[in-house]
Amino acid sequence: MRRESDLPLNSLRQGPDDHGRFGIFGGIFVSETLIPLILELQQAYADIQKDPTFQKELDYYLKHYVGRPSPLWLAQRLTDAGQGAKIYLKREDLNHTGAHKINNVMGQILLARRMGKTRIIAETGAGQHGVATATVCALFNMECVIYMGAVDIERQKPNVFRMKLLGAKVVSVTSGNGTLKDAINEGMRDWVTNVHNSYYLMGTVAGPHPYPAMVRDFQCVIGNETKAQILEAEGRLPNKIIAAIGGGSNAIGIFHPFLDDSNVELIGVEAGGMGLDSGETAASIERGSPGVLHGNRTYLLQNEDGQIIEPYSISAGLDYPGVGPEHSWLNDIKRVEYVAINDNEAINAFQLCTTKEGIIPALESSHAIAHALKIAPSMSKEDIIIINLSGRGDKDIDSVAKYLKVEL
Amino acid sequence: MSRIADCFAALKQQKRGAFIPYLEANDPNYQTSLEILNALPEAGADLIEVGMPFSDPMADGPTVQAAAIRALQAGATMQKTLQLVSEFRNDNQHTPIILMGYTNPVEYYGYEKFCQDAEKAGVDGLIIVDMPPEEIENIKPYAIKHQIDIIYLVAPTTSPDRLKLVLKEASGFIYYVSITGITGTSTASNDSLQKAIPMIREASDLPVAIGFGLSTPEHAANAVKIADAAVVGSALLKTLTSTLDEKNQPTKDTVTKVIEHARLLAQGTHSVQK
Repeated sequence: MRRESDLPLNSLRQGPDDHGRFGIFGGIFVSETLIPLILELQQAYADIQKDPTFQKELDYYLKHYVGRPSPLWLAQRLTDAGQGAKIYLKREDLNHTGAHKINNVMGQILLARRMGKTRIIAETGAGQHGVATATVCALFNMECVIYMGAVDIERQKPNVFRMKLLGAKVVSVTSGNGTLKDAINEGMRDWVTNVHNSYYLMGTVAGPHPYPAMVRDFQCVIGNETKAQILEAEGRLPNKIIAAIGGGSNAIGIFHPFLDDSNVELIGVEAGGMGLDSGETAASIERGSPGVLHGNRTYLLQNEDGQIIEPYSISAGLDYPGVGPEHSWLNDIKRVEYVAINDNEAINAFQLCTTKEGIIPALESSHAIAHALKIAPSMSKEDIIIINLSGRGDKDIDSVAKYLKVEL
Repeated sequence: MSRIADCFAALKQQKRGAFIPYLEANDPNYQTSLEILNALPEAGADLIEVGMPFSDPMADGPTVQAAAIRALQAGATMQKTLQLVSEFRNDNQHTPIILMGYTNPVEYYGYEKFCQDAEKAGVDGLIIVDMPPEEIENIKPYAIKHQIDIIYLVAPTTSPDRLKLVLKEASGFIYYVSITGITGTSTASNDSLQKAIPMIREASDLPVAIGFGLSTPEHAANAVKIADAAVVGSALLKTLTSTLDEKNQPTKDTVTKVIEHARLLAQGTHSVQK
């Protein structure tokens, strides 16, 4: 885990401050009932950061259960297709449960155990975080309740069944639009009701402080490994790192260890949906404005009265009206560039990666691949792009078939 | 003195507790919510909480959630919520109005402008559910400037140490969230109230209101035996909901039924001689 004392004073990795702020973003916007729990969690998290036995325990599970380190794959045929920069894929899809989500989940479940919690609550969008949470709950014999939007349950049926097989209770959320935002609302309502025995296992770098920092720290294993792997393979750092952004946990995980490497360009790819100006988008940074939702201040899709707008993307995992507060800050200080990829471009990249590399990427990750393929041709053959392939796409085949009008 | 302080001082003299009904602004539409608001003082409301509709009311149960959605579908905006209070003030200068809601619509409106316009409209107090003391500096300077009391929430999870921090700068009254949970879903036990309220009394001289878990005249009466005020929201909104037609439009019963129910709750509250 990251230790602040190791960082230079001008490091971009210092945040958040004591109030959980990254610039104006972040914070602790929750009701009084939850505040004592949040403070308890802050303390518990501070304690494990100083405790080497925690890191040792986490490393054990990441290696032997999750299967880390995940490979950094030189995608030669994608590189050939792009006819420019060399493209590497960080294979988070090869983790147990098929996505980066388990890095964070493993860290938090070990923390919850140390805190003496017996019941785990989580929200899920695409279902990957729900599956990862249900998995570790099975492993550690904890009660598990997953909140999932009714619309997402429909488009991610295999993951719903997986969670149930793993022993989790999956609660269908019909309020709002029935997607990730509403699942978080409902999860928080459960937490405030069952404060004494329950632990809220947030799946992304959002929520009240300390979640954005804690989830990031658990995901930084991606970037730390990537750095060592690319140095070993190429003897130098990449020119660009590209990752998809919903809440932004896979992106922050791969970006953060490179924040102080100013020659490495970092690009976050939001879901453009039907197009940035179509009204059907999930691009919170590009089409949103600062506001407060789910415990923190960040860029949000909202109307002229501060009401949250329902986002849209073909990818359930990117279908969120906000983004982690640290991303909002990184955008404002211009350290990370945020761009958008539309549904159709993501589908094309999904197909290309599948046929060229024999790797079926998640629709979320396909957004990052699509952007890489857009910019690779204009780069030199000596240049290096690393894409965070955050998850595998088996869960998405129904959505893709539907989009391509194929009957399964 | 503020309207809130005046109100509690008068109640103290009369040796009774306060009945505080909650309604959602613009639910089921502007005109109906104005009619209900106007009729509440005569039905026995001593103070009134008006909900500022928000798309994502995280601390609310299904009843208030549904009310917020109806209000938004009927075109609720912050400007209309303030206008509602302003129209109420045309005929009523004494009943304190407390706006209750969530951070984002207030932040989007602008903290300073909000306090300015709220003062102008005749708002007396403000409860922002997801703005704990840790974040209150966002709005506090403007609230003080425009003489709007910030009502702090105290929860069963609030420790005695933390209570000191929460109550250090509290004004108006203190809102005790009597259950761990969302609005309108369960009821606090008498035991837990007997334990919690004296702890708050020790830390502050401000009046204490109990809310979140009260639904019947008996609950309200019980609450004011221990505390100074009883807040009832979801139960009244359930009555309102039951009078709507299939398109969520008000019927001729809507205002009458809600006011009848409020009157019963007020009678329960006022039956207690303090």
